[in-house]
Amino acid sequence: MNNVQLRKVGKVYAGGFEAVRQISIDIPDGAFCVLVGPSGCGKSTLLRMVAGLETITSGEVAIGDKVVNALDPSERDIAMVFQNYALYPHMSVYDNMAYGLRNRGTPKPEIETRVQEAARILEIGHLLDRKPRALSGGQRQRVAMGRAIVRKPRVFLFDEPLSNLDAKLRIQMRVEIKKLQRALGITSIYVTHDQLEAMTLADMLVVMNKGKVEQMGPPLALYEKPQTTFVAGFIGAPPMNLVEVPAGGMAGLTLAHPPQVGRFILGIRPEHFQLSSEDAGPSALVVELTLTAVEAVGSETFLYGAIGGAGREIIVRVPGKADIAIGTKLRAVADAHDLHFFHAETGDRLPD
Amino acid sequence: MEKRVTFDGKALPYLLLAPQLLVTIIFFYWPAVQAVWQSFLIQDAFGLSTEFVWFENYQTLFSRPEYFRSLVTTLIFSSVVAFLSLSLSLLLAVQADKQIKFASGYKTLLIWPYAVAPAIAGVLWLFMFQPSLGLVSQSIRALGFDWNPLLNGDHAMALVVMAATWKQISYNFLFFLAGLQSIPKSVIEASAIDGASPMRRFWTITFPLLSPTTFYLLVVNIVYVFFDTFGIIDATTGGGPSKATETLVYKVFHDGRLGGDLGGSAAQSVILMVMVIGLTAIQFRFVEKKVQY
Repeated sequence: MNNVQLRKVGKVYAGGFEAVRQISIDIPDGAFCVLVGPSGCGKSTLLRMVAGLETITSGEVAIGDKVVNALDPSERDIAMVFQNYALYPHMSVYDNMAYGLRNRGTPKPEIETRVQEAARILEIGHLLDRKPRALSGGQRQRVAMGRAIVRKPRVFLFDEPLSNLDAKLRIQMRVEIKKLQRALGITSIYVTHDQLEAMTLADMLVVMNKGKVEQMGPPLALYEKPQTTFVAGFIGAPPMNLVEVPAGGMAGLTLAHPPQVGRFILGIRPEHFQLSSEDAGPSALVVELTLTAVEAVGSETFLYGAIGGAGREIIVRVPGKADIAIGTKLRAVADAHDLHFFHAETGDRLPD
Repeated sequence: MEKRVTFDGKALPYLLLAPQLLVTIIFFYWPAVQAVWQSFLIQDAFGLSTEFVWFENYQTLFSRPEYFRSLVTTLIFSSVVAFLSLSLSLLLAVQADKQIKFASGYKTLLIWPYAVAPAIAGVLWLFMFQPSLGLVSQSIRALGFDWNPLLNGDHAMALVVMAATWKQISYNFLFFLAGLQSIPKSVIEASAIDGASPMRRFWTITFPLLSPTTFYLLVVNIVYVFFDTFGIIDATTGGGPSKATETLVYKVFHDGRLGGDLGGSAAQSVILMVMVIGLTAIQFRFVEKKVQY
């Protein structure tokens, strides 16, 4: 069993800065776990603690039920793909991949077989004699992946491996990483700040903020039922509209069944709105908007409108093209099950 | 886009270059040409007449075993000093690179010796190792070892090697430290994850990646030992005992200034000049190729 368990893991730096606070995550064998959050949220620190590159201040990290806190990175049987790839610049692609095997005293014929196998999977067989500087960004990325897979480690660690690639290559590599991880079935922890990457790769998504876990679970569960306003605003693009509704209600915004708490935050995703006419039947939410900006991207159009003509601005997504002039008054409605309510102060989700 | 400044007249750029050119010509080229010219001349014992003799000075030089002895001394001296100063400074730099808490203080202290003038450094070491008074030699003698650099040629050599090495370590240390800090941390981390022990990590990753720095320093150190150690040798041993520490550059001074053989001394200078030109040429060729990777 190559599951990874983090038990109340904490990291405090020498200056007293608490980068990671009491994090407990249980990653099952073969799962693809993605840590996502804004920069400085402690996700990379957490990954480096699993790798053994960063000491663990408190708590325990266990790989396959064995606590590895005191083990060197080399003894943890992990492989890591770095953001800048960290290829050895003076070694050929072949040597880069063979290095870890040689260090572990793998017999030569087996090194040959494994490197060739990895090169075949990643389609870099023709690059084996090249030095890293003679490779493109995407090729370097593949070599870094190759170096990780030849060792057949128990756990893969990815530290923002795609952030140095251009947008098109990033999508392509994202798909390949997912396929590769599925095929090899190796437990993986992947750090990124890109929510789309996180959503598409993860079996298990962990949203982090300020050194703490905000929420974890399957990506769609986080999308459908964010437990905090932070998760609500972080997952999904464009982000969920979060509108603070005062105790007496808000002009231009009508809720059929508002929560009985006075002040609260209403969350609604742009894609869950529909435009409707005055004479349509009653809806769980009705918002009167004055259009302030239009963003057309072809397959869909984002309408920016001010609630009640002058209030808070929200985004409404409509499919296809929409030919509406700025300043037009609109009426957007949404169903009850697409509405999210959060506590005005803590940002926590209110019980349904 | 590169911005190019253009001058209207032809005179201005030359005028701007003039100070640097003047300094170079007066202090470098002129003496060099003088030395070459002088190496073809022989003066009589009273300095009253000079005679143009073509390569006679060189022929005399190469027919004398002392010259080759001095060459061998220089080679031994320079290789030992270069090896010691490079390896010690690399060791110190690797430690300083790890050390975080007092790093800046530690570095400053290590850089100090470089600010000491060669002759002063020589005198310091002379005092410490002076057979009857020196602090260090007293303890060496107390251990039953008959330390005497004033009479024993090997001891004298050891003394100048130590002084010259000590002085050069700072310079090498600075370059090695900068070289170490330019190696991406993640590369070292990757090799740690790849199962390399710290020792193996150093020899398979750090050392090869430092090779441009090491090569540069090797050339600089050889040039240093060939020429800049004059002050140390002069102050510490004066080339003695019985020429055991007489390097080529010291011999130039000894034969020319003390021995009065200006022609022969000039011929030696010219040979040294050719050596430096050769070393520099090698250095430039390799630095341009960036060595290895």
